[in-house]
Amino acid sequence: MKHLLSDSIVITKRQVLQLARIPELLIFSTIQPVMFVLLFRFVFGGSISTGQPGGYVQLLMPGIFVQTVAFTLAATASGLAQDMEKGLIDRFRSLPISRGAVVIGRTFGDALLNILVLAVMAAAGFAVGWRPTSGFMRVSLGFLFLFAFGYALSWIGIYVGLVVRDARVVQNVGFLVTFPMTFLSNAFAPTTGMPRALQYVAEWNPVSSMVAACRQLFGLKNEFGATASSWPSQHPLETSLLYMILLMVIFIPLSVRKYANTSQ
Amino acid sequence: MKTVSAENLVKTYDKGAVKALDDLSLDVAEGTVLSVLGPNGAGKTTTVRILATLLKPDSGSAHVAGIDVIKHPDKVREIIGLSGQYAAVDETLTGWDNLVMFGRLYHLGRQKSIDRANELLERFSLTESARRPIKTYSGGMRRRLDLAASLIVQPKVLFLDEPTTGLDPRGRMEMWGVIEELVTGGVTVLLTTQYLEEADQLADEIAVIDRGTVIARGTSDALKSQVGGERLEITTENQDLAKVQEIIAYVSGSPTHLDGRTVSAPVTNGSSALIQALRALDEASIHPLDIALKRPSLDDVFLSLTGHVAEETVAEPVKKGRGGRK
Repeated sequence: MKHLLSDSIVITKRQVLQLARIPELLIFSTIQPVMFVLLFRFVFGGSISTGQPGGYVQLLMPGIFVQTVAFTLAATASGLAQDMEKGLIDRFRSLPISRGAVVIGRTFGDALLNILVLAVMAAAGFAVGWRPTSGFMRVSLGFLFLFAFGYALSWIGIYVGLVVRDARVVQNVGFLVTFPMTFLSNAFAPTTGMPRALQYVAEWNPVSSMVAACRQLFGLKNEFGATASSWPSQHPLETSLLYMILLMVIFIPLSVRKYANTSQ
Repeated sequence: MKTVSAENLVKTYDKGAVKALDDLSLDVAEGTVLSVLGPNGAGKTTTVRILATLLKPDSGSAHVAGIDVIKHPDKVREIIGLSGQYAAVDETLTGWDNLVMFGRLYHLGRQKSIDRANELLERFSLTESARRPIKTYSGGMRRRLDLAASLIVQPKVLFLDEPTTGLDPRGRMEMWGVIEELVTGGVTVLLTTQYLEEADQLADEIAVIDRGTVIARGTSDALKSQVGGERLEITTENQDLAKVQEIIAYVSGSPTHLDGRTVSAPVTNGSSALIQALRALDEASIHPLDIALKRPSLDDVFLSLTGHVAEETVAEPVKKGRGGRK
């Protein structure tokens, strides 16, 4: 146990080194979110009218931020599955290192990547007209929320990676989870246009509360939220926090145990 | 005290449908090399994974340097090195990166990890490629690096799971050289292989396993004589065959066997029988094309023990490198 943190950091460093050795990895993991910013801004931006000053891009950016951190779940899962396939996890498990260090280290690495990706996206958003109006403190708090949400989700990624084990299958599973999760929400379009049943799903979707929370923290009123007076849409900050805590309380112990018992 | 011991290991996969280990017991004396020899699916990898704390047996017990691998896996991990069938290293990183990382994970500290990495790279002739990603390495280089990674802290016991499978002959010779050198250094080695000559070359003792259990064990020589002793074989021109048979029968005191132009017979004291035979042939002015004292190969051993040849591929119950499922 005494080496848990230092062992985890060694594993994190390995991921940082990977990015240094293959810069393409870094470039592509930042290009995709930037591409999304540009596509949504210029493809949909013109045809979706909002009552918001500053237009669609103000509502869009929180949505894309949340979507991007959610997508890293798949990267976490497939990275881990790849290590299992290559036998690297077996080697780690034969070393006298702390239980949990390998998976914790990976979540740290992915968290670092998320910081970078969020920074690049914020710059891209700024370039196409995104202007948060709530002041430095609240904007920072918004990014802290995004970062924490990404971290909580990466634990789902760890668990999926450990259970599925096959990197290519994991990629697909990741998409199957993250695509509906991000689109069945208020991220890109008002939920009021969805069929009634889907509206409920969207309202209770953690992505929706995160998007609503970010919009609130960036100084917008949440127009894309459900019209219903449901608790999550009334209290997006609290709901998001609860979801993050819930995810970590469930998936951290589950993943650490799965790692320790893997292939037994 | 045996350095490695496994008692009555049983391991089944798929809820008992596949029996990987069926009451397997073995041990390795300190400073010796035991080769676990068997075909694919015989249970070699499962045995190594249990001893290296990666897998728990359904029943039975195992100790490494007196430590129970099931009760105290952490303590066992501090004194073992494991090198698998494939190079279990990070391929995107350089050889140097990998070794330093593993050093840190053994809690060597930064400078010591670096020194150790340089030392090992030098020892395994990888210094020139130290700063290249492993992806660019040849198969033999990868294995050597993988082996180096398992030697970061001089292990008491080294588990080598099919260290040369998939290597070309040159890579295999190189690996053999490296392993022989390690053994001279006094480490206790448990090595699995499906190559008989590899067991012959490297092991002090051989445990032949088949279908999850040890079916024979002993030194290479003991196993060979278990199958039968030496045979004297003489090949000559056709016209001399009858005379040759007569001489060989006299020298060996046994009935001869004729196969084409080759006459053979079992002998007890090989070299003196050989000399005797040569003298007798010379006196009879017979000049043999070939004369040899043949010992049974491990192939013969395997065939006679199991009724099938060693390289036969039995359907592997578990996908390689992934171990079982639960």
